[in-house]
Amino acid sequence: MEFLLAILVGVLYTAGVYMLLRRSVLKFIIGIIFLSNATNLLVFLAAGLIPGEPVFLDPAAGSTLQELADPLPQALVLTAVVIGFGIVVYLLAVKYRLFHETRTDDLDQLKPTEEE
Amino acid sequence: MMLLTILPILIPVVMMIFHLVIRVRRTAAIVGISGSMLLLVTSVLIMREVLKGDILSMVVGGWEAPFGISIVIDRMSALFLVVSSVIIVAISIFTLHTPLGKTHLTKFYFFFFTLILGINGAFMAGDIFNLYVWFEIMLLSSFVLITLGFSKDQLRAGIKYMALNLIGSLFFLAGIGLLYGKTGTLNMAHLAQILMDDEQSILINSSAMLFFLAFGIKAAVFPLYYWLPASYHTPDITVSSLFAGILTKVGVYAMIRFFTLFFVQDPLFWHNLLFVIAGLTMVVGGMAASSRYETRKILSYHIISQIGYMLMGLAIFTPLGIAGAIFFTMHNMLAKTNTFLVSGLINRKRGSYSLKEVGGLFRESPGLAVLFIIPAFALAGIPPLSGFFAKFILIKAGFQDGHYIITGVAILTGLLTLYSMIKIWNEAFLKKSPEQQVKKETIRLRFTDLLPSLILGSATVLMGIFAGPIFEFTMDAASALLDPVLYMESVMSR
Repeated sequence: MEFLLAILVGVLYTAGVYMLLRRSVLKFIIGIIFLSNATNLLVFLAAGLIPGEPVFLDPAAGSTLQELADPLPQALVLTAVVIGFGIVVYLLAVKYRLFHETRTDDLDQLKPTEEE
Repeated sequence: MMLLTILPILIPVVMMIFHLVIRVRRTAAIVGISGSMLLLVTSVLIMREVLKGDILSMVVGGWEAPFGISIVIDRMSALFLVVSSVIIVAISIFTLHTPLGKTHLTKFYFFFFTLILGINGAFMAGDIFNLYVWFEIMLLSSFVLITLGFSKDQLRAGIKYMALNLIGSLFFLAGIGLLYGKTGTLNMAHLAQILMDDEQSILINSSAMLFFLAFGIKAAVFPLYYWLPASYHTPDITVSSLFAGILTKVGVYAMIRFFTLFFVQDPLFWHNLLFVIAGLTMVVGGMAASSRYETRKILSYHIISQIGYMLMGLAIFTPLGIAGAIFFTMHNMLAKTNTFLVSGLINRKRGSYSLKEVGGLFRESPGLAVLFIIPAFALAGIPPLSGFFAKFILIKAGFQDGHYIITGVAILTGLLTLYSMIKIWNEAFLKKSPEQQVKKETIRLRFTDLLPSLILGSATVLMGIFAGPIFEFTMDAASALLDPVLYMESVMSR
C-alpha cells in the first residue's frame, strides 16, 4: 500500500509541476490543487500507515498499544485539506476577476508588473 | 498570567468579530485604532513579564506539553510582538485618509486583524503545525489585502504573489510531514530534546531544507524573492507598508527560531549556505534598488537587501551575531514601514511615486523631509540612529568570528543603501519641482497623516538613544536561543 501511495505522490507532484509551468492561470490553479493533494498524501504517508485500527483505545475492551493508529497525521491532513480548499476557492475567485478585467487567461498576455 | 499569554491572539479575534458587524466608517476606525492600542498595551505588559526572566508558556486544548498545542513567549517573541504592535498602531491610524480607507475601511480592518492574528500567532507558536496554520491565516488575509480594490495591476501582481507563497506553504507542509515521520513529534521544545541527541544529521537535513525553502520564500531571500518586487508596489500604500514592515520578518523570525532551536546538527553546511545566500541577497537587492526610479520599487528591493543582513547574523551563529540579527530586524521593521509611509505621503502631495515626477518637497514641507530623513538615515546606518548600532553589532560579530568576506560585503552594501536613500532624498526633496506635475493643487497634510510616521520615527530615534539597554536585551535573547535548555524546560515541565 505504501509503495503504491508513494508512486501516486510522485505522479501527483509531476503533474502539479507540469501544470504550474503552463501559461494559463486556470491550469496553474489546477497545478496547485495537484501539489497540495500530493503534499497532503506525503504527510499522511510519512507518518506511517496503520490500516484498519482505531485511533483511540477503549480500556474497558482490554485493547493493547499495538492496535493503535496514529490520530495526529489524520488531524493534520484534515486541517491541511480544509486550508487548501479555502485557498483554491479564493484563487478561483481572483482568477474570475482577473479574466473579467483583462479578458485573457494567458499569463504571457499580461503586462509584467515589475518594469518601469 | 494565562490570560495575558493568550491575549495577543484573542484581541484580533474579537476585533474581527466587531468588524464583521460594524458597517459605519467612523465607528470602524475608532474600534480599529483602539484595538491596535490595546494590542500594544498587551504586548508591553507581556514584555514586562518576560523581562523578569521567565518564559511564558501555556498549553491549549487540555493535553500535556508534547501533545497539546503549546504557546510560548520567550524574549525574542516578546520583542517581535512589541515592535509589530507599534507598527500596527501606526498603520491603523494611517489608513484613515488613504483611498483604501475611504472606500473599503470596514473590509480593510477585518482582514487587517486577521493578518495580525496570523502574525501574533506565528510569533507565539510553540508547535510547528500550529505555526503552519498561523502562516496560512497570514497568507490568506494577505491575499485579500493585496488584491483589495481589484485594480488590474493588483490582480496581475496578486497572482504572482499567491503563486510563490502557496508553493512556499506546500514546502512547509511537506517538511512538517517528513519531520513528524522521523521524530514523532511536532512540539518545538520536544523536537529540540529529541534532535539534540540525534547524530544522523543527514536524515534531518532533508526536512530542514524544505523548511529553509519555505521560510526563504516568505522572507524573500536571494533566489526566491521574485514575488516581492512584482507585487509590493501595486496595492494601496497602507497595505504595502504593513507588508514591508512585518510579513517578510515573520519568515526571518521562523528561520532564526528553527535554525537555533533544533536544526543545529550540521552547522558546517547550513552556516556556509546561509553566508552565501545572505551575501547574494544583500548585493542583488541593493543593486536592484539603486537601479529603480520609483520610490516603492526602490524600497521593495531594499527590503530584500536588508533581509540579507538578518541572515548574516544568523549565519555567524555567535551570541553577538544572533543579537545583531534580532536588533537589525527590530530596527528594520520600524524604519522600513516608516519609509513606505513617507513615500505614501509624497504620493499624496504630488500624485506620483515616480522620482522623475516629484521634487521640491524640502522647501514646501520641511516637516515631511525630517520625517523621511530619520528612517532613511537609520536604514543607511548613520549614527546615532538605530541602524548604525544594528550594523555595528553585525559587523563587529563578523570580524570577531573571522568572517571577513561577508562582513566586507555587508559594509559595501551599506554604501548601496546610502546611495538609494540619497537618491530618493535628492530627487523628491532637494531637486526643483519638475515642469509638468501630475497634481497641480497643493494638499495640506493633516496631523493624523503625519502622526504614524512620527510614532515610528520617534521609535527609531529612541532605539538609537537607548541602544545600550536594547542591545543587552537582545544579547540575553540570543544567548537564550543558543542555549535552549530553559526554553525546553519551561515548555515540557508544565
